Amino acid sequence: MPPESDALLRIENLTRVFSSRRGLSSHNVVAVDRANLTLPADQHEILTIAGESGSGKTTLARMILGLVQPSAGRLLFKGRNVGRLTGGAQRAWFRRQVQPVFQDPFATFNPLRRIESYLYETVGNYGVAPRRTADEPIERALGAVGLTLREVKGRYPSELSGGQLQRISIARALITDPSLLIADEPVSMLDASLRMSIVNLFRELKARQSVVYINHDLATAYYASDRVAIMLRGWIVELGPVHKVLGQPLHPYTQLLKKSVLEPDPRLKSSDRVSLAAAEDTTFLRIGCRFADRCPRVMEICRGVEPADIAVDGRTVKCHLYADGVVADRTERGSAHAVCGERVACLSERVERGVGPPDGDRDIQRIQQAELSDA
Amino acid sequence: MSAPPTLPAVDVAEVRNLRAYYLTSTSNVQRTVRAVDDISLQIHEGEVYGIAGESGCGKSTLLKVLLGMPTPPLTVIGGSVHYRVDGRDVDLLALSDAEVRAMRWQMVSYIPQGSMHVLNPVSKIRNTFRDFIAAHKPDWSAQTDEHVRDYLDELGLPETVLDAYPHQLSGGMRQRVTIALATILSPRLVLADEPTTALDVVVQRGVIQLLEDIRKRMGSTLVLVTHDMGVHANLAHRVLVLYAGQVVEEADTATLFEQPLHPYTQYLIKSLPRLDEASERVSIPGRPPALDNPPSGCRFHPRCPYVMEVCKTLVPRPEEITPGHRVACHLVGPTPISTEAYAPRV
Amino acid sequence: MPQLRTTLGVARDLFRSDTAFRTGGSILFILLVIGALSFVAPYGPSDRRVVPIDKPPSLQFVFGTTSLGQDVFWLTTYAIRNSLVIAGLAVIISRSIAVVLGSFSGYVGGAVDRVLSSFTDSFIVIPRLPLLILISFMIRGKLDMFGLAVLLGLLDWAWPSKRYRSQVLTLREEEFTQTAIFAGMGTLKIILREHLPFLIPFLLADAVSGFLFAIGMEVTLSVLGLSDLNSPTIGTMIYWAGYYQALLARRFWWLGAPIVTSVLLVVGMYLVSISLGRYLDPRTRLKSLVARSAA
Repeated sequence: MPPESDALLRIENLTRVFSSRRGLSSHNVVAVDRANLTLPADQHEILTIAGESGSGKTTLARMILGLVQPSAGRLLFKGRNVGRLTGGAQRAWFRRQVQPVFQDPFATFNPLRRIESYLYETVGNYGVAPRRTADEPIERALGAVGLTLREVKGRYPSELSGGQLQRISIARALITDPSLLIADEPVSMLDASLRMSIVNLFRELKARQSVVYINHDLATAYYASDRVAIMLRGWIVELGPVHKVLGQPLHPYTQLLKKSVLEPDPRLKSSDRVSLAAAEDTTFLRIGCRFADRCPRVMEICRGVEPADIAVDGRTVKCHLYADGVVADRTERGSAHAVCGERVACLSERVERGVGPPDGDRDIQRIQQAELSDA
Repeated sequence: MSAPPTLPAVDVAEVRNLRAYYLTSTSNVQRTVRAVDDISLQIHEGEVYGIAGESGCGKSTLLKVLLGMPTPPLTVIGGSVHYRVDGRDVDLLALSDAEVRAMRWQMVSYIPQGSMHVLNPVSKIRNTFRDFIAAHKPDWSAQTDEHVRDYLDELGLPETVLDAYPHQLSGGMRQRVTIALATILSPRLVLADEPTTALDVVVQRGVIQLLEDIRKRMGSTLVLVTHDMGVHANLAHRVLVLYAGQVVEEADTATLFEQPLHPYTQYLIKSLPRLDEASERVSIPGRPPALDNPPSGCRFHPRCPYVMEVCKTLVPRPEEITPGHRVACHLVGPTPISTEAYAPRV
Repeated sequence: MPQLRTTLGVARDLFRSDTAFRTGGSILFILLVIGALSFVAPYGPSDRRVVPIDKPPSLQFVFGTTSLGQDVFWLTTYAIRNSLVIAGLAVIISRSIAVVLGSFSGYVGGAVDRVLSSFTDSFIVIPRLPLLILISFMIRGKLDMFGLAVLLGLLDWAWPSKRYRSQVLTLREEEFTQTAIFAGMGTLKIILREHLPFLIPFLLADAVSGFLFAIGMEVTLSVLGLSDLNSPTIGTMIYWAGYYQALLARRFWWLGAPIVTSVLLVVGMYLVSISLGRYLDPRTRLKSLVARSAA
């Protein structure tokens, strides 16, 4: 057994491909594409993975939980490869330390079972406490979420509210004192008035565990997390401290997300218009940047070459705009690359006017020539 | 009932003291769910009227009644709903089913929650439009396709959508197509039920934009029912807040967000997280009541931090505190008091 | 015992509210009582010539008598008892196999599932009646009631097993199954505690088709003279009545009793099963539990 390394969770080039067959042809969807992520072992943090539907965030969460096998890459929890855990003992070791909180509190529990049975099961199956004293860890866990055993004992899930069920779900996850909680949109199905109490709860939990929080609501992400990873079609396009990524987003997609958020403040009502992708494409672009067809700052190189993960300004961004590791001019019509400067303005204009993309290959050639002559 | 009210020229719909309950009786149990319990409101022409509230507040039931065909077990117990059609006042609940249907889609149109219910999954969009228009506006029949194309163009939707089946479109596109379908006959009143729920952030903004464009273009009145306060903040002119089947507060958007008077509204506004602001957000204790056995008096009193004895017994009626601002709360009586005193203690 | 009390309570509620249950339940109850009377019958099941032969129904012999000198009424009580016992045993055997194989196959999936499914499919295509005829012909005389029940049980598990498998396939994808996994529950425990409760309504409604199959087969085999003709069952009664030309001799009471009994049995079971199935379906049960309504 390898020694526990310095990282709680290390994700290296993690990839998951789903193939679906339609008639005689098969169709590959890369749900998660070479994701890289590390959670430190020495301090607890809340990491939000944000993205729209189809971004791969749920698949990533399920891979971390061991519910889905990766197609490629490694997922190491405390130094051990999650995909290669064999045998009941190893899996029990893993599930003791990594626990989920699911999105729909009503689906999380079997409606025909009394709710406390899950709590007792967890205590018994992981040997947290002997049967006589099983109530103690349960009371502690319920207390951490603001409930008591007396309140919930003997009730069926249908007798409780979504908020209470979600709390119990969290309590159950806490019974084994896990090092990592994976929460998949835990508040999206709850009423607004109940949401904040659960989100606040997660903030408090940080004292004892790290949390990977899957979310599509950026405002909650800002409020509750330390770091945030923005996912787009299987890529992590921006990863860093939340006040940086959401405060001053660098990746054009993050910027678009931020601009689109409907702030509950009429004073902030913006007249910025978004243009939704005219053609809904179901196939992913095979080459180049996956945001290229919607990006207001797209360049030639974006259509031909996949951007690398670039470290800039204390975070990682997957974008050609920051290729030289410098945060340059961030205005909409500017560009870091001197040669591309003109072309970017021209391209953005064309995209906005809906004239369509230029001839990719030819343009890439011209850029390369221009670069060569520049050098 | 008294003689029908004469609506001022500016109103397009009025609801008075509406009570609509769900009456169910199974073999051994009889239940009355008081989903809409004495709600009154007026909708002005050309505005965006938001109805806000969480699950169990009665907003979906209110919508069903506004559409004119409440089906059992939903029963209207009392009150009235009036529409102003061609200068006349029409008592919606006195109309026959056929008359209500005639009014639908041209006077009042409905965008339901979950667009898949409106679009026929086995027809191409083009045919769904055709069937729809043929059913409601037969005199268009020759130029239906043209009209549809022009309309989609105006709204910024691509023509290619017409040849697709609903399942080939993304959720956001389906929602926009549904909106186009619901508004192509230029209805005067559009009722939208949770139009942005379950949509991605960017698409939500697109849908909001679309609704605003339509409203401006056609001068229709939009009634927006959603629990998402961000949508109200960005689209609605006035907002009605419902709690447990009753009106709790009503005001123009700016006032509601900046100076909410009802403790529930205050909590609601202050609990919403905002981007760029990580300060502590409060949460409301307790949970919304079940409507078959609501609390006595003010239905919010079990959760209210300012509860007084009178709140437990007497139901507060909505009073107009300042012009255009109604509040149903014993704290805020005829003599308005400064709202600072009522900022919830964090 | 609380379970018993609630079961009786449920039965009482159903009796009051559901016509199907009332009718079917009453029929079955009467038949069961008649069957139970067999324990206090004045004659043994194989006794012959204990009463005058071929007497039509009268005050003394309520259902008449047979050509073998048996009282048709008491014979019927034995017939009901035996037929129900055979069918009941067959159902228990077949449904147990079906649940075990079906849920295991559905939950575990993969290669195990494929192998078990092929095995199940091979049982489905077996032509059961010809096979039964063949077997009972071959071991003629040695096929007693118990043997017949086991045989019937072994031939009727395949279709139900597929049904349960598909149920479990759905249940496996439910989120609460994931919760159970992370609560540390093992495969067997999950199938038993999480999934089985959902299968029970199907089991109960399905039990009827099991009964019907067993009774039908038993009658068929007996009428063909292929079962143990010395023990009175519904089928053997018909056989003997036919053997002694009851129809031609217009001794309708001897034929009538088993035929009417079997019809009543089938109808009664059918009514009870649909009403039970309706009541126990988790979806309708949940609807009655949920106190909230759409508002």
